[in-house]
Amino acid sequence: MKFLSDKAVERLREGAEIPDLTGTRYHLLERVARGGMGVVYAAEDERLQRRVALKVLDVPGADGDLANRLIREALVLARLEHPGIVPVHDVGTLNDGRVFYTMKFVKGQRLDQYIETVSSVTERLRLFLRICDAVAFAHAHGVLHRDLKPANIMVGSFGEVLVLDWGLAKLLQEDAGRQSQIADPDATILEKPSKAGDSNGVVQTIATGHGTVMGTPGYMSPEQARGDVEHLDARSDIFSLGALLRFLLAKNSDSTANAVGKQHLDKALEAICSKAAAPGPEDRYPSVSELALDVSRYLDGLAVAAHRESVFEKLARFYRRYRFFILLIAAYLVMRVLILFFLHR
Amino acid sequence: MNDYEFQPGGDRFPPTRRSVIEAVGSMDAEERERALETLCAAYWRPIYKYIRLRWNRPAEEAQDLTQGFFVEVLERELLEKFDARKARLRTYLRVCVDSFVSNEDKAGLRQKRGGNVAHVALDFAAAEEELGGTVMDPATIPSPESLEEFFEKEWLRSLFTLAVEELRQFCEARERERTFRLFEAYDLEGDENISYEQLAKDYAIAVTDVTNALAWARREFRKIALERLRELCGSDEEFQREARATFGGNTR
Repeated sequence: MKFLSDKAVERLREGAEIPDLTGTRYHLLERVARGGMGVVYAAEDERLQRRVALKVLDVPGADGDLANRLIREALVLARLEHPGIVPVHDVGTLNDGRVFYTMKFVKGQRLDQYIETVSSVTERLRLFLRICDAVAFAHAHGVLHRDLKPANIMVGSFGEVLVLDWGLAKLLQEDAGRQSQIADPDATILEKPSKAGDSNGVVQTIATGHGTVMGTPGYMSPEQARGDVEHLDARSDIFSLGALLRFLLAKNSDSTANAVGKQHLDKALEAICSKAAAPGPEDRYPSVSELALDVSRYLDGLAVAAHRESVFEKLARFYRRYRFFILLIAAYLVMRVLILFFLHR
Repeated sequence: MNDYEFQPGGDRFPPTRRSVIEAVGSMDAEERERALETLCAAYWRPIYKYIRLRWNRPAEEAQDLTQGFFVEVLERELLEKFDARKARLRTYLRVCVDSFVSNEDKAGLRQKRGGNVAHVALDFAAAEEELGGTVMDPATIPSPESLEEFFEKEWLRSLFTLAVEELRQFCEARERERTFRLFEAYDLEGDENISYEQLAKDYAIAVTDVTNALAWARREFRKIALERLRELCGSDEEFQREARATFGGNTR
């Protein structure tokens, strides 16, 4: 047997890693990134003559845990048609036995890189609202993201916000029967069946998690970090959004979610962050829409639900909100007084 | 959907070989022997080189210890004691090697072994030659971490060597010798200057033929290497982890 040099071993490894796209309509262009489950490549869809992102698992087989997760990710994306969620085009198995899916190729920057170019708090909050919009849409369609963090948010060249990497997403109760065919064993439902016995057994199977901890420290809710997957609900993503909001409002974009808590924030914004990222799920916003509503109220100069204002704060906010009219009236009154003063002199 | 349509629960890449861990516990003596042969074929080179470096043993002594270790695996049913949930097989075997060499030293029991290990040709002279060409210099007194890394690297080399050999035989059986030669020239010999165009010219074929031949050979190589890997893992979970480490660029 011939001795393989280090270089030959490396070439063999590299060569074998390249997905075998023969028999597909895709032509490989370049490797873009490596994720938790596989590799993302830029590929050319020869039939539609457009560039797509091709995510391929790096282990063979279509029935392992990782393959199930990748397929589930593709199916999750397929059911979430929203401008803030990257659309999936295709899913399948390559000749080399690896599962893949293709999605829209997004040109842009990761949130943690993009945010360095945005200095205005208002702009950052508007960006955050767009993220909330996509997550709220997913929740409404029965999907929990479970891994919201700056690295999983992309801002496109036209300022569009895209929530990526739904590999840890959890499918909710809706369509549980259909999803059970491809769901991984730790899948959790948001709302358990109203009666224990009214399911066909499928929902129960999905609801029984094995408690695997998956997520990103700093952005992962305490219940998720404990592996309490059976009790995860929308509030777990809300915790992540709270951490994400803190990150966005931090002066330095490289601050971690925990560290930015030390930064000085407006009291109302601080209260929103604290409520969203409260340790106990019962202390958080009940839904993403309510979190987004509070942020919108802040942007509109209204009182936020998360913070009880003192009289002084109310007056200050009132002044901030109607500063133009207050100044106009004040100017009018000053003019009036001056006119009266000169007339009666 | 297309011709590469996804089939839920289907698997276009079925495991065709049984894990050595399972096979070694089989009631069938022939299957048990085959399992040990497989293990021996994949591990003897890394183990021999590891003993030479880690235990700083002369070639003859290392040869004896390597053969003795496989006898030990058989006699003490070491594979049956392996728990895939606790460790990877190669880590377990490396620790077993350490323990074996250490015990042999203590007891002074070393004796000429071999002959009944397995029907695998142990070409120690070739391994010795390879060792001379390895990047690691024994004089640098490697740390435990770098020795572990060395063992893993040698194990990967051994796995790929077996897979390449199997690919060669597979190509011969299918009368695709030229494909193997192209694969050898481009992927194994590692000549930076060689290009698809050059190969096409050398073999008087079209560049697309070179592309297709190499794609086919790599696919078959990957398939063979993964089958061998699956055979050398204790569980499906371990296999998935190892497959990712082998082809995904993570060495750990």
